[in-house]
Amino acid sequence: MFTMTPLEIEALSLSLLVSGWAVAGSLPLGLACAWLLARRDFPGKALVDGVIHLPLVLPPVVVGYALLVLLGRRGVVGAWLFDWFGITIAFTWKGAAIASAVIAFPLMVRAIRLSLESVDRGLEQAARTLGCGPVRTFFSVTLPLMLPGVLTGVILAFARSLSEFGATITFVSNIPGETRTLPIALYALTQSPGGDAAALRLCIISVGVAFTALLASDLLARRVQARLKA
Amino acid sequence: MLNLSVRRRQGDFLLDVDLAAGSGVTALYGRSGSGKTSVINMVAGLSRPDSGRIEVDGKVLFASDSGIDLAPERRRLGYVFQEHRLFPHLSVRGNLVFGRNRLPAGLRAVDFDQVVAVLGIGSLLDRHPANLSGGEKQRVAIGRALLASPRILLMDEPLAALDSARKAELLPFIATLAREFAIPILYVSHAMDEVLRLADTLVLMNDGRVAAAGPLEQLMADPALRPLTGRYEAGAVVTAIVANHDAAYGVSRLSFDGGTLLVGKADLPVGAKVRVRIHARDIAIAIEPPERVSIRNVLPVVVTAVTPADPFLVDVVLSCGGTTLWGQITALAQAQLGLVPGMRVHALIKALTIARGDVTGRGPD
Repeated sequence: MFTMTPLEIEALSLSLLVSGWAVAGSLPLGLACAWLLARRDFPGKALVDGVIHLPLVLPPVVVGYALLVLLGRRGVVGAWLFDWFGITIAFTWKGAAIASAVIAFPLMVRAIRLSLESVDRGLEQAARTLGCGPVRTFFSVTLPLMLPGVLTGVILAFARSLSEFGATITFVSNIPGETRTLPIALYALTQSPGGDAAALRLCIISVGVAFTALLASDLLARRVQARLKA
Repeated sequence: MLNLSVRRRQGDFLLDVDLAAGSGVTALYGRSGSGKTSVINMVAGLSRPDSGRIEVDGKVLFASDSGIDLAPERRRLGYVFQEHRLFPHLSVRGNLVFGRNRLPAGLRAVDFDQVVAVLGIGSLLDRHPANLSGGEKQRVAIGRALLASPRILLMDEPLAALDSARKAELLPFIATLAREFAIPILYVSHAMDEVLRLADTLVLMNDGRVAAAGPLEQLMADPALRPLTGRYEAGAVVTAIVANHDAAYGVSRLSFDGGTLLVGKADLPVGAKVRVRIHARDIAIAIEPPERVSIRNVLPVVVTAVTPADPFLVDVVLSCGGTTLWGQITALAQAQLGLVPGMRVHALIKALTIARGDVTGRGPD
């Protein structure tokens, strides 16, 4: 029987917490960005599109460093946050969640945007003629129809967050119980002599979590798809 | 009552339409590209005129001079689209009540059970649109629009996407709507058989403009409108009542204002109101009533107009009691008979040439 050590449990639960918050926090913004990109034309749209996709092609370390410059205690936004609200982001699990969210954001937006583009605008027009305003139309027709895509986006972003390493270690470092997520704990073990066996165990846990997430997403997507078709 | 006067430029195409649609079914008829759908999209608020005014029952929906432009959801119109546009994530029941649920209770004038009964969709309520046939989907779409208690029902070629069997299945439902629910219907179509079956008033659209508007019988009897009413479908439309059936010979007699018509047996009860299409090419003209002739319909008529249709054909407009008929004969025949307006002649129509599809029921009233 595979029982987890306290250290492993700590890393795993921290990973789930960080990824969960990363996805939950970025979902509304992801929906808004996807909607803007799919449905609106505005000057600078290509630029916005590019900025959203940047974390996909940049080395994660660059993103982590940029976050440090922006949100660090002496960063442009971070200093202001600390002075006015006493909020510290860098070197906390919140910072890890933000780093994961930024890295995973393009994946989420892409999936949601694709599903939004596949929604028949004619159905939205029909809803309008039936007395629904634009906001109500979005929530009662558009959102239910794009649900499979939103789910895909959420799962992709969650999986990407679980595996986030570069930006996280640059922005929030390796603090046990605070920012030491699965990948970071794994990295630390591979760097210490005699940590091979423990590293292998973490590897197995990582694979297990990732696989479970994928299976669950597949099951969920099938259910939603079946409900739409039925 | 819909009053509309709009202008809109779409590229090279200029739409400039003035029309009024009262109770009953008003058909917007014209070839594709004539601007029919653009007109009802403007009424629904799905597209915006450059200028003009749209009013329904005295309520202004759009007025460019006072800057009024109500959003579609605030116009309270029903729209039945060419493709059903049912919501795939909702059951039939969910689709039906979609508009109704967004209406204050006091404005829900249309009864759910009545709609379900009239459209025959009672057994479908718990199904999802994906499991319905094309005709069933369109019936649900009609019910959904009706249950929103619209001021006017807009229908954009609701049968165009269906095969002819489904079309025949759906036509009677639409024909009963205007009567059963007392909601005016604006019906866009480019199929003359649908228009003849449904329309009380005909609006002929051509090239972004209204070419003619008025009672259907009147417009169909006007040879000058033939390019718009259809080259092969040309002919007058006569309103009549089924007088009796002769089962032994398989014929029916229809009485109309001007006489009696003998046609192939109609599947309609005695007393039913019908519309009969008499193709212009099926009318022959005789100066004297012919004796011992196989043609059963010999109607005394007066020539009211003779106009050339092309170099070798002439249109002869005939008045028969209160009914206008219209025949097409060769210029040679016209010259040799010396047909001129005012002459009393006889119109000959073979009973056989009036096919079953030319006699359409118009309901008991």
